[in-house]
Amino acid sequence: MNLHEYQARDILRRQGIPVPPGDVAETPEQARAIAERLGGGVVVKAQVHAGGRGKAGGVKLARNPAEAAAHAAAILGMTIKGLTVRKVLVAPAAEIASESYVGILVDRASQRPVLMVSAAGGIDIEEVAAQAPERIHRLAVDPRYGLLRHQALGLGLKLYRDVGQARAAADIMQRLYAAVYAVGASLAEINPLATTPAGAVTALDAKVVIDDNELERHPEIAALRDSGGEAPSEVAAREAGLTFIKLEGSVGCCVNGAGLAMATMDLVKFYGGEPANFLDIGGSSNPQKVVDALKIITADPGVRAILFNIFGGITRCDDVANGIVQATRQFPLRVPLVIRLTGTNEALAVQILTQAGFSALTDMDEAVQRAVAQARTA
Amino acid sequence: MSVFIDGETRLVVQGITGRDGSFHSRQMIAYGTKVVAGVTPGKGGQVFDGVVPVFDTVADAVRETRANTSVIYVPAAVAASAIFEAADAGLRLIVCITEGIPVLDMTRVLPYVQERGARLIGPNCPGLISPARSKVGIIPGNICQPGRTGVVSRSGTLTYEIVHQLSTHGFGQSTCIGIGGDPLIGTNFIHCLSAFQADAETDAVVMIGEIGGTDEQQAADYVRQAVTKPVVGFIAGQTAPPGRRMGHAGAIISGSSGTAAEKMAAFARAGIAVMKRPADVVPLLRERL
Repeated sequence: MNLHEYQARDILRRQGIPVPPGDVAETPEQARAIAERLGGGVVVKAQVHAGGRGKAGGVKLARNPAEAAAHAAAILGMTIKGLTVRKVLVAPAAEIASESYVGILVDRASQRPVLMVSAAGGIDIEEVAAQAPERIHRLAVDPRYGLLRHQALGLGLKLYRDVGQARAAADIMQRLYAAVYAVGASLAEINPLATTPAGAVTALDAKVVIDDNELERHPEIAALRDSGGEAPSEVAAREAGLTFIKLEGSVGCCVNGAGLAMATMDLVKFYGGEPANFLDIGGSSNPQKVVDALKIITADPGVRAILFNIFGGITRCDDVANGIVQATRQFPLRVPLVIRLTGTNEALAVQILTQAGFSALTDMDEAVQRAVAQARTA
Repeated sequence: MSVFIDGETRLVVQGITGRDGSFHSRQMIAYGTKVVAGVTPGKGGQVFDGVVPVFDTVADAVRETRANTSVIYVPAAVAASAIFEAADAGLRLIVCITEGIPVLDMTRVLPYVQERGARLIGPNCPGLISPARSKVGIIPGNICQPGRTGVVSRSGTLTYEIVHQLSTHGFGQSTCIGIGGDPLIGTNFIHCLSAFQADAETDAVVMIGEIGGTDEQQAADYVRQAVTKPVVGFIAGQTAPPGRRMGHAGAIISGSSGTAAEKMAAFARAGIAVMKRPADVVPLLRERL
């Protein structure tokens, strides 16, 4: 789950990391009030789950409260990478002497949390990583001991010659590491970690991504979810316990298991079609999940045919068949349905489907070819 | 011979009285697996289905039954604790079926397990099966046939699909291993490839990967250096949309290396026969054997 910058700043601040003041506004008037309270120039930043906000015009400097309100009016409601901006962060327009980068994520290869730091922080950090990887310093942390003081200082000295600033950065890194475990983050980054002309080290912008598997034990973090920036079909799928990603094609796919779902999409493409979605109904057997899945797929006007591909293991084919029959009683399917199922309770499923007037296939390639052909002629 | 499990496997089921645990324990017993004990705290002294003694702790179960392998079906919130407990009880092989374990939990679990000399398979995996000998996990026994092909996969149902193709065309399996789809797992492709290479009853290996991470590329390097048996590979996710990236750090750490195209190219460079679709597995195996 992605957090907004203002939510990430709150988490860092609670961990004792120096973060400039500022607050979030949903109207130009609120933005004006925050700017008045802060005094001086401010920056107004779109709060939206997309990178490249600045380049899209979602970050603006304001010299006074009236300008802050005007910028907020322009930014609120604008669309960045397909997402509508509903909130802006208003923070002091800090003067910056230098920009560094600090990030922590769990590295699959070393199986450890890895700190990555670079003195070349700022918006071009990815370019730095690609062009000059030697300017990114990494450290794999032993999770049993955490980020040790001397390790953090060693990284701090890669960022700053001044030992006072290096110590301040080291302290921030240790606190950021603690924040990762405190909130269940899969990623936490400060970019830029800035120095002011007076020499203070401060976290100017922050990004935190929460591991979805942590949400159950961190209800206070789960409550921060902002569904406004997500496709409505994806929100509905999540609430129904399904994994769903909307795509642009015409063959709606309903599959059990992520690997088989991806392989099914690949096969749709192999036979000249385009998948309309990724949808994994998961491992457990439950006819209601199938009803919910069909509801979500049929709501997509781009869908011209629906393909079921079920390999029964834990998932029982008869449960899926019952779900299909229940769904078609609740709402009409306006497109052809191609059903392939095999495995646990397959014979029972075929019986249920046949009685309801459906036919079922057992071969994956045959089913995919038929669905692609029907999507084309529909 | 088979890999990791065989007729000597003595299994303790953690979470045997739960919904999934009880269902799959019955399936494993019916398949012929020696399920010697179950563990559910507070239910020690009960007997599951009249045949399997239930204990409060894994240590009790190991002491009383000489169990040497554990399979875990407990809920995600307590799954990391179940793995720690199994490692502490001295089990050599721990198979964790549970999905949804936080990745930060796994950063602490993995070194603990490794230091105690245990092998963890999973989490979030279907387990493994050595057809006609033993099944630990949830892979449906009826789709497998005993034979000489090794299968290792990050997926669940996609594995069943490919194993089904193998079985119906006369390619039985020595062992099928589902290593799990999570970012942090106990046993990776290389561990399994090395075991299959050393196994006298395995002639060829089918390897099923996915987008994300670089495990497949590392496995391809390993195949080039150390595997003399034919390897056939598949990567799921060729049409997956470019990932919703995790900030800058995700891009910095993985670059473009997680894509299906990159992984398939790495397979081809290592001499692995690359399947374009699951149905290619049998023709490619025939060609290589």
